This record gives sequence, structure tokens and C-alpha cells, in this order.
Amino acid sequence: MITERLNLSRVLMMLPAVIFFAAFALIPMCVAVYYSGLNWSGVGSATWVGLANWRSMLASGELWHSFWLTIALMFWCWILQNPLGLIIGVFTAGSQRHRAVFGALYFIPLLFSSVAIGVTWSYILNPTFGLMDDLLKALGIGNGFENWLGNPHIALFVVACIISWQYIPFNALLYQSGVRQIPRSLYEAAMIDGAGPIRTFFSITLPQLKYTITTTTVLILTGTLTYFDLIYVVTNGGPGDATQVLAIDMYKQAFTNLNIGAGSVIAVVLAVFGLLLSIITLKFTGFNKMESQMEGV
Amino acid sequence: MNAFRRISVGNSLFTLFGIVWLIIGCYPVFYILTTSLRSQNGYLLGNPWLPPLHPTLQNYGVVIQSGFVRSFINSAIVSVSTVLLIVAFSLFLSYVVVRTRNPVVKAVFNWFVVGLAIPVQAAIIPVYILITKLGLYDTLLGMILPMVAFALPLSTLILVNFVRDIPNELYEAMGIEGANDFQIVLRLVAPLARPALISVAVYQFVQSWNNFLFPLVLTQSASVRVLPLAIVQFQGEHTMDVPVTMAAVVFSAIPLFLAYIFGGRYLRQGMLAGFGK
Repeated sequence: MITERLNLSRVLMMLPAVIFFAAFALIPMCVAVYYSGLNWSGVGSATWVGLANWRSMLASGELWHSFWLTIALMFWCWILQNPLGLIIGVFTAGSQRHRAVFGALYFIPLLFSSVAIGVTWSYILNPTFGLMDDLLKALGIGNGFENWLGNPHIALFVVACIISWQYIPFNALLYQSGVRQIPRSLYEAAMIDGAGPIRTFFSITLPQLKYTITTTTVLILTGTLTYFDLIYVVTNGGPGDATQVLAIDMYKQAFTNLNIGAGSVIAVVLAVFGLLLSIITLKFTGFNKMESQMEGV
Repeated sequence: MNAFRRISVGNSLFTLFGIVWLIIGCYPVFYILTTSLRSQNGYLLGNPWLPPLHPTLQNYGVVIQSGFVRSFINSAIVSVSTVLLIVAFSLFLSYVVVRTRNPVVKAVFNWFVVGLAIPVQAAIIPVYILITKLGLYDTLLGMILPMVAFALPLSTLILVNFVRDIPNELYEAMGIEGANDFQIVLRLVAPLARPALISVAVYQFVQSWNNFLFPLVLTQSASVRVLPLAIVQFQGEHTMDVPVTMAAVVFSAIPLFLAYIFGGRYLRQGMLAGFGK
């Protein structure tokens, strides 16, 4: 009979993970709350100012602007990624040989870092020598001089499109494995009933994918909430503050303006936002249900 | 007959959709590869949509001379050490979580589940201060430590779900043989959890290879610069020289490309295991 008690060797086994996690993740997150009450540049002496940073951040409107931009980015990313990911996932889940080849090729964008993708797309969208304006001009759309990332009215949407280009393959992969887990008998029954492909999709495939839809929704929302790398490279929050989402705002306050207090206020807002999102989704679904989605790849 | 025709028309339309997405999804990749082989003069003169008429490797020469080999080695050191630490730590922790009935262990596990929801951005300022105070600012180790910490919750959760499925009888058998906890983990749990360990390792390797925020905040010197940072730096210096920058992008993605060619299945499974957090 082997023990289920917490003996010395088990404590030793736990220790590295616990120490690392506490020292470099959990405690720093709590320290961020403390820093949000400091007037500090990161070096030299700090003064405790209580809620002054919070008051000035909430009053300035900058925080609210970043907050709504973040919500808008989450919305666009969801709208762009989820339906397309679903359709592509259904497509690649098919048994035809060419679909497997396509599926393997669709995955390739996932091999690049966000930085690499950001650099590439900023060249493609460049108003002077970019390919996008060339293409649209050849097709007779627009004047061929659209400044995609420099126009404050569309920059956020363009950024959402680039992010979606990067992550649609990932969502498609989740949907593909979801579709492959749907029992074949359901489709056979639908065929006997004489249902066409569209009908089958809406009355069998879609309802059977409800857990996958929840999973992708959670991942898109939480992922977009903290999305930083690509935006930093492509627009760095600009033009003006048109794409200055919370993560970018936090970085600029803390590491460009050297205002640790203001940056920490945004960091705390991000943490609370993230935790709320996770709690809400855990209410709707369990991690185990998400876990089951990875089978059948 | 009519229904059959309807299905095949639908199928063709669906295939057409697949081709359209193939173009949208892969043309930029094709653009990266072909542009990296173009000479700087050819870029502005020739037709940028098509592959260059006279492909050249000179851009890669520029990339290699600009310190990218150093960055490549730095990235490799950071990613490999990060992955090794993550796999070892989370394997041991998940064994203890599964095999121990104890309120402390339960609490630890719950904190790790909560940790899943901590965004890196929420802790990056204190991490920066901490790493600076430890004297690890601008070192490879300074990047590795927090990267491991933030990867632990997800890795542990994946492994716990896997280790839980190992039947009790196997532990009992090893217990009778007198094996201690370390022997059980190394000789029983690790081999049986191999698929999950590979997924975790692959996923975390991709994450640390492409990680940008930690290096951006925690380093500044060229001697410790990792690839994503090197690309940004390089682009800043060669704003108008698109081919050279694209060569840098290709150079930085070489290991993941090779991994995808030789182990695509593992890579896809690994990416799903991590849910792209």
C-alpha cells in the first residue's frame, strides 16, 4: 500500500513550481496593487499617494478610452475569428484528401511570432510601396493610396484583421477537432431523413459544437484582452491614441513615461478584467469540457 | 439525382472557399519567402507580387552579419532551458497533486488554477522591479525565470488531467516493489505521460521562442537580445529595406518550420493543448 500523505519528498517535489509561481507571478500581481498607490519612476525613492493615481487616471479619460478600445478590439476579433474559424474547421474536418493538404497549409501562419507577422503586414499595408493598395487599385477599388494603419478611423479594425489572420488557423484547428468528435450516426440519420448539407450543418454540426464555440470564445476574448506584441510593432498605439488598448497604455505609462503608479493602475484593471472573464466562463463551462476538445486531432 | 447535383455544387463552392482562404492565409507567407530572396533594387522595380527573376541569398548574409546568429543562440538557450524547467517542475507538481490527499496540496492546486487567469501584463511591472533588484536585468536568466513561472499553471493543469488517468494498480505495483516517489515519477509517470509531456514541451517551446514582452521589458543589450526583439530592432534600422527584414523574419522562424515539417502532428496537438493562451 503506497501512501497518500504529504511526506518530505513530495514537499520537495512541489517546492520548485510553488516557489517560481509565487515569486514571479502570484506575488508580483499582488504587488501591482501596492504599486498603483505609489508616485514612483522605478528608481529612486517612492512616495505613497494612496488613491491619487486612481483618481487622476479615472478622471483623465485616457483609461476609459483604452478600456473601450480593448472592448471594441475583443468584439472585432470575435466577429472575425469565430465564424471563419468555424467554417474553415468544418472544411478541413472533411475526409477528402485535398482538404487535409489545405489544412496543413492553413496552419503555417501559426509558426511565426506576432512580431514577425506585425512587421510583414505593416509592409504589405504600407501606403507608399505596399501590396494591398496595388491590389485594390488593380481591382478598381479605392484610389490606391489608403493609409491603412495611419488612418485613425480604421486602424483598430485593420489591427483586428491582422490579429484574426494570425489566429483563425488556431480556431479552425479547435473546430476541426470538435467536428471530428461528432458521432457519424447523427449524419447518417440526417441523410436518411433527406436533409441537405445546409440543413445538416444547422441542425447537427452547429449544436454539437456548442462546447467548442464556448472554448474559442473564451480564448479569443481573454487573448485579445492582453494582446500586446503585434499592436506594439504595427501601430504602437497610434495613430494618436487610436489603437492604444489597455496593454499598450500600461506599457507606455510604466516604461516610457516611467510612471509606475499609473501603469500599475492599468495593470490592476487588466488583472481584474481577466479574472472576471475567467470566473464567468468557469460558471458556464468547466475546464474539463474544454480539455475534451483536444481529443481527436 | 437532383439532390446529388445539389451536393456536388455545394462541395465545389466549399472547395472554392477553401482555395480563397488558402490564398489569404498563405500568400503573405509566400510573400515573406520570395521577398527575402529579392535584391533591394529589385524590390522597388520588379513586380512585388511575383517571385524575383534573379533570386539572391545576399539578404541572409546581411542578416547573419547583423548579429542574428547571436540572437538565435540566445533564443535557443532561453527556450530550451525554459521548456526543461517547465516540464520538470509541472511533472513533479502534477504527480503530487494527483497522488496526495492533503488540504495544502489542494490549496496549491487551486491557486495554480487561478493563476491561469493572470495576464502577464498585470504582473510585468513588479516582475521588472524584482528582476532588477535581483541583479538579473539584462541577462538571459532574468527572462527565463518569469517565463517559467507564467507557463506553470497551464502545463500543470494539462499534466494533472493526464496523470489522473494512470490506473491506481500501477502505483500499487511500484509501491510493493519499494519504489520511492522520485522513482515512481521517473519510471512510471513520465513514460506513461509522454504524449502530454510532448504537447506541453512543444507548446511552451513555441511560446518562449516567440515571446516578446519579457525580453522587451527585461533586456536591452545586443549580447542578450532574442530573435523577436532583434527583428524589431532590425526593422527600425532598415525601414525601407523590405527584403532584408523579410530574410530576418524567415531566419527567426527556421526551427519552427523544421519542427512543422518533421513533426507537424505533434506541433498541432501541442498548440491545441495550450489553447493559445
